Amino acid sequence: MSDIILPGEDGALYPRDRAWHPPANTPGYKSTTFRAPKHALLSLGGTASELTGPTFGHSSLNALDNDLIRNYSQDGSEAIGQRMIVYGQVLDENARAVPNTLVEFWQANAGGRYRHKREAYLAPLDPNFGGCGRAITDAHGFYSFRTVKPGAYPWPNGGNDWRPAHIHFSVFGHAFAQRLITQMYFEGDPMIWQCPIVGSIPDKAAIDQLIARLDRHNTTPMDALAYRFDIVLRGRRSTMFENKLEGN
Amino acid sequence: MLHPVPTLKETPSQTAGPYVHIGLTPNFSEIKGIYPVDPGVTMLTPDTRGERIVVSGRIVDGAGAPVADAVVECWQADADGSYAQPMGPNSNSAPAFLGWGRQPANGDGVFTFETIKPGAVPGPDGKPMAPHMALWIVARGINTGLQTRLYFEDEPEANATDYLLNKIPDPRRRATLIARKEDGAVPRYVLDIHLQGDSETVFLDM
Repeated sequence: MSDIILPGEDGALYPRDRAWHPPANTPGYKSTTFRAPKHALLSLGGTASELTGPTFGHSSLNALDNDLIRNYSQDGSEAIGQRMIVYGQVLDENARAVPNTLVEFWQANAGGRYRHKREAYLAPLDPNFGGCGRAITDAHGFYSFRTVKPGAYPWPNGGNDWRPAHIHFSVFGHAFAQRLITQMYFEGDPMIWQCPIVGSIPDKAAIDQLIARLDRHNTTPMDALAYRFDIVLRGRRSTMFENKLEGN
Repeated sequence: MLHPVPTLKETPSQTAGPYVHIGLTPNFSEIKGIYPVDPGVTMLTPDTRGERIVVSGRIVDGAGAPVADAVVECWQADADGSYAQPMGPNSNSAPAFLGWGRQPANGDGVFTFETIKPGAVPGPDGKPMAPHMALWIVARGINTGLQTRLYFEDEPEANATDYLLNKIPDPRRRATLIARKEDGAVPRYVLDIHLQGDSETVFLDM
């Protein structure tokens, strides 16, 4: 009988496919010019320091942490804008759910303005919108939050560059080497394809992974649209169990 | 050994952008009231065992300018060289030492962790690695978060046989990972992070 390979928890992570991610230096996105390391990355392989990582109990979250419409309300009013639910599943490259992992998100308000002291765009702040939240994935790897759709906004890169509407995501996984920050875009937005930051990703199929799909089935009637955004973290190679069909 | 081909592609990275402090350290960004405290801002608890230290550094870009919009996270073992066990979904009790910290860079590009000196962790070859902290850095203009490590100047023997440091033949490059010690009531270890230039930090693909 030949060796049987089963998914395992103890294998090393698949190497990160650097051609799928944006290269460090992408001249169209000018901020990379002085911030992209010039040396090649040193390949390390997995040690305990990379294969472990922090986890967080659900009790560390507050009830409104995943409700950006209400979590910064100053006067009891809700944030202004197109109401929507953003949800999705965190998976690994082996298509297995990643439960109990922290997902954080931040965004501009409906007018495209961030609540940040260095932000100078003329669109006004919404006094009831802070722009950040967090969730921990459930046993099946799902997260969800409620927010308003962020506006597009201009930024000083090429003179007249505009960011498409987007939400920033930070995800932990269960290993420090799975740590990921990315941005989510909206299905059908023509602004996506003229953005230098989106364009830092070479492969259109990779960009497609960042585009959330409108999900009519999960809209809340008379309340909120729904967008689905699944996130894939690095997966682990299987450990091999010789001549055993199950267990170890 | 054979391995199955992964069925999904990893979600591609995008820059954390200029306003990552809003999302990861909102209280520092003066967005108050959403989180009681910024996650990871305090690493020590009264029950944490080990030698108290401060770890600090300045992040500098290729033009010599401070990277004031950065966020740095660290992940380290406890004083015995053990990493915190994963928490269950309904866990109510935080460990005495999680080993994870997160700090925003300040206006001078400086980050500071108040932590303990980690113990030695076994390497893939079974031999202990020198005490170290894993660091992860994100900012505007960094398309994929940068991973590196911080080692301690006052561990010369352990550093000399360390699994990772021995993969760096050039001693000048190796030195970019070793924090210098400044004595004081609480020992302070300082490691500047250079994104480019003659002193460019060794960054890892792991």
